[in-house]
Amino acid sequence: MQKSPWIIHYDGSSCNGCDIEVLAALTPMYDVERFGVINTGNPKHADIFLITGSVNEQNKAVIKNIYDQMPNPKVVMAVGICACTGGIFRECYNVLGGPDKVIPVDLYVPGCAARPESIIDGVVKALELWEGKRRKRTGRESIQT
Amino acid sequence: MRTIIPFGPQHPVLPEPIHLDLVVEDETVVDVIPSIGFIHRGLEKLVEKKDFQEFVYVAERICGICSFIHGMTYCHGVEQLMKIEVPPRAHYLRTVWSELSRIHSHLLWLGLIADAFGFESLFMHSWRLREKVLDIIEATTGGRVIFGSCKIGGVRRDIENGTLREIAAKLRDYAVEYKDLGNVFLNDLTVKRRLCGVGVLSGPDALGLGSVGPMLRASGVAQDMRLLKYAAYGGIDFAPVTAEEGDSYARCAVRIGEIFQSVEIIRQCSEKIPGGAIEIKVTGLPEGEFYARTEQPRGEVIYYIKANGTKNLERLRVRTPTFANIPPMLKIMTGCQLADVPVLVLTIDPCISCTER
Amino acid sequence: MIESQDFRETTPERLIGEVQGMRDAGYRLVQIGATRTEGFEINYSFDRNLEFVNFKIRLADNTEAIPSISGVYWSAFLYENELHDLFGLNIKNIHIDYQGHFYRVARPAAFAEKPPPPKIKRAVKPTAGTEVKET
Ligand code: SF4
Repeated sequence: MQKSPWIIHYDGSSCNGCDIEVLAALTPMYDVERFGVINTGNPKHADIFLITGSVNEQNKAVIKNIYDQMPNPKVVMAVGICACTGGIFRECYNVLGGPDKVIPVDLYVPGCAARPESIIDGVVKALELWEGKRRKRTGRESIQT
Repeated sequence: MRTIIPFGPQHPVLPEPIHLDLVVEDETVVDVIPSIGFIHRGLEKLVEKKDFQEFVYVAERICGICSFIHGMTYCHGVEQLMKIEVPPRAHYLRTVWSELSRIHSHLLWLGLIADAFGFESLFMHSWRLREKVLDIIEATTGGRVIFGSCKIGGVRRDIENGTLREIAAKLRDYAVEYKDLGNVFLNDLTVKRRLCGVGVLSGPDALGLGSVGPMLRASGVAQDMRLLKYAAYGGIDFAPVTAEEGDSYARCAVRIGEIFQSVEIIRQCSEKIPGGAIEIKVTGLPEGEFYARTEQPRGEVIYYIKANGTKNLERLRVRTPTFANIPPMLKIMTGCQLADVPVLVLTIDPCISCTER
Repeated sequence: MIESQDFRETTPERLIGEVQGMRDAGYRLVQIGATRTEGFEINYSFDRNLEFVNFKIRLADNTEAIPSISGVYWSAFLYENELHDLFGLNIKNIHIDYQGHFYRVARPAAFAEKPPPPKIKRAVKPTAGTEVKET
């Protein structure tokens, strides 16, 4: 691992179950902070965009906005079955059925609620993807300039 | 000079999206206008598509923190309409799981409020203790946040009497740690300076604005829906935890008091639980209308269930505690300092996803 | 039934008077909610020390004007804006009127529609792990 990935988390109309699992992954029991993963509130500092929930009409614009503000390269992760397919709420009239309707999503972490273990696994996978994207953009092997 | 500061929906201290327009004059907030709808899914309309037994799963997913109590309230409402006598053992098991949810929810809140006033190690500490409760929940239901153990006519899983007593003993040990944690919140000088006298809500105001749960009890009104004796609460000896001051400190104290109360209720359940079946077969279809009211960690939740004798309910309306607590939140925020806004938003223990459903 | 629930009927004209009476008697406003039946039903619920009272208004359709009770219970404005946005009900003189901007929804007043006949259609989804082109 060459870089400590920073995460921005946005709740796109989830039921909270996945959000608290994302937070739980950061706290002492699972402690992803030991890998240098920090949950930041600022999109401009973030490498990984973690979205939970099935996304509705009103937060479409918010998600797009956060995504556009993040610097390249960036990885988007959909956490929970709601964010993957719409899940149990798919038939609700006000949901779009996941962030992939608004922005490109690179990684899907299923589960209702997604367990902290799988979220951590997802973040590790996201790092690989991020590394690949970085190489493609810069054409350099290592992160050093 | 008047400025309008938009607050949210994506904000470092907010775990969930809500948007507030804060009208500030220098550092003082003079007016607050909320706007919601970021999480509105319209799931009440799903009753038209899912049958009434299946809907328990949706009800549980209204909110991932009080998920069990949501499912239970829904079941309770439908059972009342269909006049189903749930076996007493199921009632006791429901009570145990509700109280476990309450403990984990309050610990979660303590962590979040610590984060809001900038005490990060305290946040980590509360969440560390919360994980142990989640372990008990996982061992008894299989899920960490969504239990899936309640159904119409009873519960899906049993907990053996021996295990129940073990859980009660474990919680008694954990209570020692909760005491230490509570001590920091209630006696630490810096914490007190962030909480004492901030956001005072008087008793009559709290009632007039329709607040519920710890918000109401912290203003000296002893109302607790558990006194309605749903589930097994009729056979359990407890009294609502209250405080008089009505400030953020009092709300914190009430929630800490309720953690110990829940530990005690679980102990009583482990001793009083009767044997027998845990579910009963459900026949027939619901008809009529009923308001199911139960106490969630955040306060009173209302399920209005109207059924017309078909397998789909005619209408389900959920009024969650946070919705009722928004007006009092606006009230305590007018006149506060801008720096206190995150703390005040958190003292109502907001759960936006259930507010907007 | 473990709890006695008091259901009463009223009309839009008598509403404010009834609600004022509840307020004077020290009741707490519990909720306001609506139901789509053949017409519409609006329920106003109150509670005093666990004693539950519910008032119901029946309307033929959602263009009929209903007075706002936010003058009596200030906190009612949230419920009333919600009813306006989700059911398209016509509530007059709300204390803080969002004019339909309280909830921003894909279909306004969706709850006012009659339940549609069930149809099940699945959307095509990308499979997990596939590379998605960056925009
Ligand atoms: S996947 Fe399940 S737990 Fe996660 S937000 Fe959706 S309903 Fe809630």
